[in-house]
Order: sequence, then C-alpha cells, then structure tokens
Amino acid sequence: MSSPHPSAPPTIPVLGPGHNYASITDKISDIVLQFRAPIRWFLGFIVGFSLLQGLLLAIYMLLFKGVGVWGINIPVGWGFDIINFVWWIGIGHAGTLISAILLLFRQQWRTSINRAAEAMTLFAVACALLFPIFHTGRPWLAAYWLLPYPNTMGVWPQFRSPLIWDVFAVSTYGTVSALFWFTGLIPDLATMRDRAKSKAGQFIYGALAMGWRGSARHWQIYETAYLILAGLSTPLVLSVHTVVSFDFAVALLPGWHATIFPPYFVAGAIYSGFAMVLTLLIPMRSIYGLQDMITLRHLDNMAKVTLVTGLIVFYGYMMEAFFGWYSANEFERYMIYNRTTGPYWYMYWTLILCNGVMPQLLWFRKIRMNPVILFCISIVVNIGMWLERFVIIVTSLHRDFLPSSWGMYQGSRYDWSFYLGTMGLFLTLFYLFIRVLPMIAIFEMRMLLGGKPADKEAAH
Amino acid sequence: MADDTHLYGLMAEFTSSDALVSAAERVHQEGYTRIDALTPMPVHGLAEAMGYDDRRIQKMILAGGLTGAAFGLGLQLHVNLIGWNLNLGGVYLSGYPLNIGGRPLVSLPAFIVPAFETTILFAAITAVVGTLALCGFPQPYHPVFNVKRFRERGAVDGLFLCVEAEDPKFDAARTRDLLQGLGARGVYDVEP
Repeated sequence: MSSPHPSAPPTIPVLGPGHNYASITDKISDIVLQFRAPIRWFLGFIVGFSLLQGLLLAIYMLLFKGVGVWGINIPVGWGFDIINFVWWIGIGHAGTLISAILLLFRQQWRTSINRAAEAMTLFAVACALLFPIFHTGRPWLAAYWLLPYPNTMGVWPQFRSPLIWDVFAVSTYGTVSALFWFTGLIPDLATMRDRAKSKAGQFIYGALAMGWRGSARHWQIYETAYLILAGLSTPLVLSVHTVVSFDFAVALLPGWHATIFPPYFVAGAIYSGFAMVLTLLIPMRSIYGLQDMITLRHLDNMAKVTLVTGLIVFYGYMMEAFFGWYSANEFERYMIYNRTTGPYWYMYWTLILCNGVMPQLLWFRKIRMNPVILFCISIVVNIGMWLERFVIIVTSLHRDFLPSSWGMYQGSRYDWSFYLGTMGLFLTLFYLFIRVLPMIAIFEMRMLLGGKPADKEAAH
Repeated sequence: MADDTHLYGLMAEFTSSDALVSAAERVHQEGYTRIDALTPMPVHGLAEAMGYDDRRIQKMILAGGLTGAAFGLGLQLHVNLIGWNLNLGGVYLSGYPLNIGGRPLVSLPAFIVPAFETTILFAAITAVVGTLALCGFPQPYHPVFNVKRFRERGAVDGLFLCVEAEDPKFDAARTRDLLQGLGARGVYDVEP
C-alpha cells in the first residue's frame, strides 16, 4: 500500500470507536427487537404504503380493462412499462455490486451497507418484474409466453430473441440475489434467535436460522460457498444489464442500434443503484443513529462510485450524439437532432443537467461529506436515470423512418399510478425489512473488530 | 467413566480467537478427533487447526454449474432440432424449430445467453442447497444449546471449543483439566 499524500485528509475508519462484539450485536439487533419503532419509521412506512394503494388500483384497472388504460399506442408501443422496468433493474445492480464485487476486491467498507443494499436489490427486482409480467395484459398466461416448459401445444419460446434472454437473465438474477441474501442472513438469524425475547420471535428466527450454531466446520463450508456465490454474482450482474441493453441494441431502430449500449447501460445501472443506496441509507442512518456504522467514509466512497459511473454514462451520451453525426446516416442524424431539439427537447436537456452536470459537484470532498447535499444529488440522479430511459425509448420510437407514422407519447394516469405504486411497494418492503431483519450484517461487523471480543463482557 | 454416559461432551470458553485457535490446535494434537469450535463469526485457520479441510462444496458447485450449462444448451438444441412429436406419458417433449429469416436452427451465438444464465442459476442453487446439506441443516436440535452460557453468548461474543464424549480419548476429568490448562475462562458440561 502506498502511503497517503502528506496533505491528504485523515481517513475516517469504517467503524466508529468504542465498539465491541456485544455493543455491535446489541445496537443492530435492538433496531428489530425493541418493541417500538421511531416515529420517523412510521412516517416513511405510511408514505410507502399509501403509494402502494396506487399500484393496486393501477393493476386492477389494467386487468379489468386491458393495456388500453396505458398511454401506449403506435408508434410508441413501449412506454412506461419498459422505462420503469429498466429503471428498477438498474437500481438493483448496486446491491450486487456492493455485496459481491466489493467482497471480491476485499473492500471492508462494504460491510455495513451490503445487507441493506442486497435487500434493495431484491425489492427493486420485484418492482421491475411487475412491469414485464403485467404488460402482457393477461399475466396468468405469461408463464407459457415467457418460460420454456413442455406443453400440449408443443410451443416453445424463441431463443434467438433478446426478450427471452431477458427472461432468463432477470429471473436468474432475482433468484441468485435472493439466495445470496438469505445465505448472508443465516448467521445473523441465529443471533436474532438467541436474542429474541418473545416466543414467536425465537421460533420464527430459529426456524429460519435452521440450527446455525457457528461451528468452525460450518463456517469453513459457508465462507467458501459465500465467496463462490459472490464470484458467480459478479458476471451475472454484468450480464443482466448487458442483456437488458440487447433488448434495444439488437433492434435496428436509430437510437437503439448502438454497440456502446452494453457498457453504457451497466455503468448507468450502477450509477442509479448507488444513488438509490444513498437515498435509502442517508435517512436510515439518521433515523436509527447509525452514524458510527454507516460513516461519512461510506458516503464518501459511494459518492465517488456515483461520480465515476456518472462520467461513464455522460461519455455514453456524448458518443451517442457523435455516432449520430458521424454515421452520415440520415435517420441516425435526425434521431439526435430530434432528441435535442424536437418536442421532447426539455427531457433531453434535463437529463444532461441531472446526469452530466450535477454529478460534477461530487468532485468536491466537502459535498461528498455532506449527507444533506448528497441526498439531494442522489434524488437528482434517480430522476436523471429515469429520464435517460424515457429519452432512449420514447424519442427513438416516436419519430421513425416515415413521417406519416410519427406521433407523440405520454403516460396516462394509470401509468403514473403504476409507477409511483411500485415506489410504494419498494418503500413498504424496505421499511418492513428494517423492522424484522438486521439491516447490517452483524457477523461481518464482528470480523471488522478482529479476534478480541472484548473484554468488558468477557470479564464478568 | 460412569459420569460420562449422560454427557454429550465438554465445552470450554476462550476470551480471544488466538487463544481459541491455539487451544483447538493443541486438543487436535493430543489426538482428539470429535471436536468442534463454535464462534459468532468466522475465524480463519480455526477449522484447519482442528484438521478439518472440507473441499466438497467447491466440487459440488462446479458440478452444478456444468449441469446448468448442459441443461441450458441442451434445452435450446432440443427445442430447435426435435421436430417430431414426443409424448412421454402425457408429457409432451416435442420441439418447435423456428426458421427465422433462414438463420441456422442451431444459432450458437444467440444460445450463449440462456446457457450462461442457467449455468449461474444451477451453480448458485447448488452452492446454497449444498451448504445446507453439508452442514446438516435444517437441524432442529443440537446438544450445544443446552449450555446456558452458549445460548447467552454464543451468538454475541462467546468463543467456544467443544469436545464430544463420543471421542475415544474422552475422559471427563482429564479432558476438563486439559481444557482448563489451555486458558479457558470456563468449562461447561454439555447435556445430550
């Protein structure tokens, strides 16, 4: 390791001083096991749960009337459903990046944020999956449209289609994320089982912990399997957004048919995901007083990842514009011209403001260390990434090769209700998660302390 | 020896993971074979100190991944190549070859993605199911939980070493002396 520059600011430790095994265990498990939740937890939960009702209404209307309640039409046949699907899937990627890739790189600062980030991944994937399932209009039939299973009709999916690749990639991603998350939880569920006061708590956590007792032989198997799972998740997460980008890149439409899409989509996914981790964890560490576990160092590092991936995304925008001009193709050129000056010009320039200009603030350490400003930037990034998908999808579709088929698109009230409703589902699930499961990996925090379980407890 | 019959074993508590590792190593060198250490977090070198070197999970995951790759590729080849009707007792396994613009029925570059995903999926499921199976989970009962001290501290900060009475070298008095001599801060009986 190189020594830091003499004028470099002091490094903030990943765990505040004065902690021992018992204090970490108590602090994290008490969030769940103490009877009362803070009032701000209820406020957050109520917001999420209210928005969730909009989702139920939108699904009801969709199933009752059909996809006509959405704003989609020709020429824009893919609207909010694919925009929001890509947005949510992208958000999920940061959780896997933090839990798997940073584990492989032995980045200790991932320890206190990986559990919550993985939960975020799961819930984001759940929200994302609602869109492709419900855009079929008749989701009870979706099984044989999407999944390969032997049926009496003898019909199978078309395996050369990126949409079927997407089914495989996203369902694998959801399953592996859930497995990875649950595996990481087992030792902590054992801790919860032993610390729970109520019979019901002991029974439920006990059943989920499956008899974990911390045996050295089990740890040996467990750690190997966990590391291999991380190694499997790493190419998986990169493949998922690559495949999502194939949904567009394999098509021949100007604005979609671009070889830069896979890396640029993956970077965008990590960018929006880290922003969402910041959006969730900055209020959370304040509600539960976790500033000594989710320190400014964590926020600083996450902001740096956001900045780097944001620059890659911005490079992607510039290259799209450059390719449009350099292709010398009439339709490619018109696509860029229409994007920047056409009827959706304000979407494009707001996107550049959100994803190109605002992240430049993260060059400054003072801003990276300021949770309030960082929270605001993370919201801006989330909006920017939604706009990115809107711009890519809608502005490419609404004016294609024949001017006679041009049209405009906007989301209907049920589109918005569905979209905001998935945010409600996401928030509801996340707030329930922090209420019933330890949101920081307790056993990994113990590892940060090294081998001395302190001494205060052991002495009496 | 009559005293041993109602015991599952003896459990000693240590105050640092270094002490636990050296104690485990020592007990292993003394010739004990049925020993286990119980810690609230992984302690590197601990299983190795007791002579445990379990590498089955790696092989299981590899086998799972290869099975997944074969399944994913096999599924796509089957669907695209088997044109006749295959009815196995009510399960229809006929394929559905699609000629898309004259592209080959076996379009391997396009088949990479689903085959890759099933590889990862099968490997990951094997990793989790295999870990649970090798650990013997779910396990509703285990005698170590009869030790009150372990129930209280085992999942917080207690570092324990357990010697089973089944061990051929086990002798309640002598094993207790050995554990205490290794610097244990307490030695507890484990009821079966």
